[in-house]
Amino acid sequence: MSQARQLKTCDTIPLPSGRARGNSMTTNLFILGAIVAFFVWSYRGAEISLPQLFSRDSFEQIGIYVQKLFPPDFSAAVIREALKGTVETFAISFMGTLMAVMIALSIVFFAAKNLIFSGLLYEMEPKQGWKRASRMVPYVAAKSVLNVLRTIPEMVWALIFVFLVGLGPFPGVLALGVHTAGVLGKLFGEVLEDVDTQPIESLQATGANRLQILLYGIVPQVLPQFISYTLYRWEVNIRVAAVLGLVGAGGLGQRIHIAISLFFEQQLLTLILAIYILVTIVDYVSAYLRRKVM
Amino acid sequence: MNLLAPSRIRQSPKSLFPYLFAGLFLLAFFDSWQRAGIDPKVFFEPRGQRALGKFLTGMFPPDLSPAFLSLLFRPALETIQISILGTIIAVMIGFPLGLLGTNTMAVAGILNEAELQGAPLRRGLRYAVYFIARGLLSLFRSIPEFVWAFMFVRAVGLGPFPGVLAIGLAYGGMLGKVYSEIFEGVNYRPLEALQSLGANKLQIFFYGWFPQALPNFVSYTLYRWECAVRASAILGLVGAGGLGQQIEISMRMFNFNEVLTILIILFLMVAAVDYLSAKVRAML
Repeated sequence: MSQARQLKTCDTIPLPSGRARGNSMTTNLFILGAIVAFFVWSYRGAEISLPQLFSRDSFEQIGIYVQKLFPPDFSAAVIREALKGTVETFAISFMGTLMAVMIALSIVFFAAKNLIFSGLLYEMEPKQGWKRASRMVPYVAAKSVLNVLRTIPEMVWALIFVFLVGLGPFPGVLALGVHTAGVLGKLFGEVLEDVDTQPIESLQATGANRLQILLYGIVPQVLPQFISYTLYRWEVNIRVAAVLGLVGAGGLGQRIHIAISLFFEQQLLTLILAIYILVTIVDYVSAYLRRKVM
Repeated sequence: MNLLAPSRIRQSPKSLFPYLFAGLFLLAFFDSWQRAGIDPKVFFEPRGQRALGKFLTGMFPPDLSPAFLSLLFRPALETIQISILGTIIAVMIGFPLGLLGTNTMAVAGILNEAELQGAPLRRGLRYAVYFIARGLLSLFRSIPEFVWAFMFVRAVGLGPFPGVLAIGLAYGGMLGKVYSEIFEGVNYRPLEALQSLGANKLQIFFYGWFPQALPNFVSYTLYRWECAVRASAILGLVGAGGLGQQIEISMRMFNFNEVLTILIILFLMVAAVDYLSAKVRAML
């Protein structure tokens, strides 16, 4: 069921919708023209020339760099450091995701329209303007908090938290937690807003109050999807946690930063392999858990 | 089957999974708490409080002076330009690799079944190409664009160029995967019809395959472009041009009001791009 509505975040790969519609020639030409114009504009502005991009020179530079990467450095010290970084990255993503879930869960129930001011739960209520308006306040507040959290990219949050609490993995956890809370809040809110209303109606008919409806009618419905979304974000977060260190927030990224800055290219390759392995493992674990839940 | 014993049917086998899972979860939790150096009381100590106060008061009001805004104009444009060029390179990388990595196009399916029957060498060669293409795509997309950007900054120097390359490679990997999924998901009937008419492979591709895939193609590429705008805005943190570079500078100089301005601009830019791209996709 959760696969029906594909996640539309940049880090997942939503499947194509499989819909095709005929278009008039002029529309197509117009779109094509716009794209070409856009391309030309950006081509002239970005101080890049494609000939230069595909020149022997740049390929040579890249080739030299790639050559330096090999062979990967598998000495004991490097392996140990890579392992430490991998475990730290895992820890950052794990704690960050947990923190995000806690923040999101404490906000999201205020950010769902059908729980806070409209729809089935409130249709019996007399239409008193001020009462409705007073309910709008927490809704709008919750929505805007989630928006702010989501709009600021993780890396910028990490920069901010590095300033606030100093270097190390802790600011990474905070950055992930805060940004992911915004994303999860939005996703959870969408799930909450399209729950099946029939159980709610029947609970209402038995005289359950709103809290009881929430606990017995809504939460059991949304829980599997909440868990599934959380696992998705965890997969994403492990990738992010691997690079947060580039701005000083611990994990593999920090080691990568050091290796790149000090021109230890062979160590760099080892660390990149570590990222690859970690990401692959987490993808499998998360896919397994999601199958268990759904 | 004994119908008189429903309770035995209902009883699910006792599973160790919940206990195992709970144990692992707790272990991961406590271990991670230690390793991640979680220390919530930082915010209540004088040092943390001072930093927080300095940050929050420093942010307001945002720096909207014309001098600073005009300084931001070029990086903002550059961000958009990096994203466009990066996406185009991503298409150039993703399209051919995606084609080669499409199962039904490279090694199996109606196009190849007659040709590869009883030609093990040829089949092996095709499989080799197929796996190399898939492997390259997977490599490109599993290394985060930040790491690519940082490496390219080392290889070709500071500026927008490494940003374009990083987005091109990382997104090329993702696009290639999705392209091959789109190609595999087409309706095969028209292809068979074309084949029975005697069309050659190229003709089948251009008249049967490509027209079916095109709308999804464009739509997904546009969607990736939206993501590329977000990414290129922050790739500057590692020296790859665009707004990120300015964020980095303002942050290092503790000019938090400038940071706020940049974040506002970033927000507006991303919203505008999302809107534009959604409009175009609706038109398709």
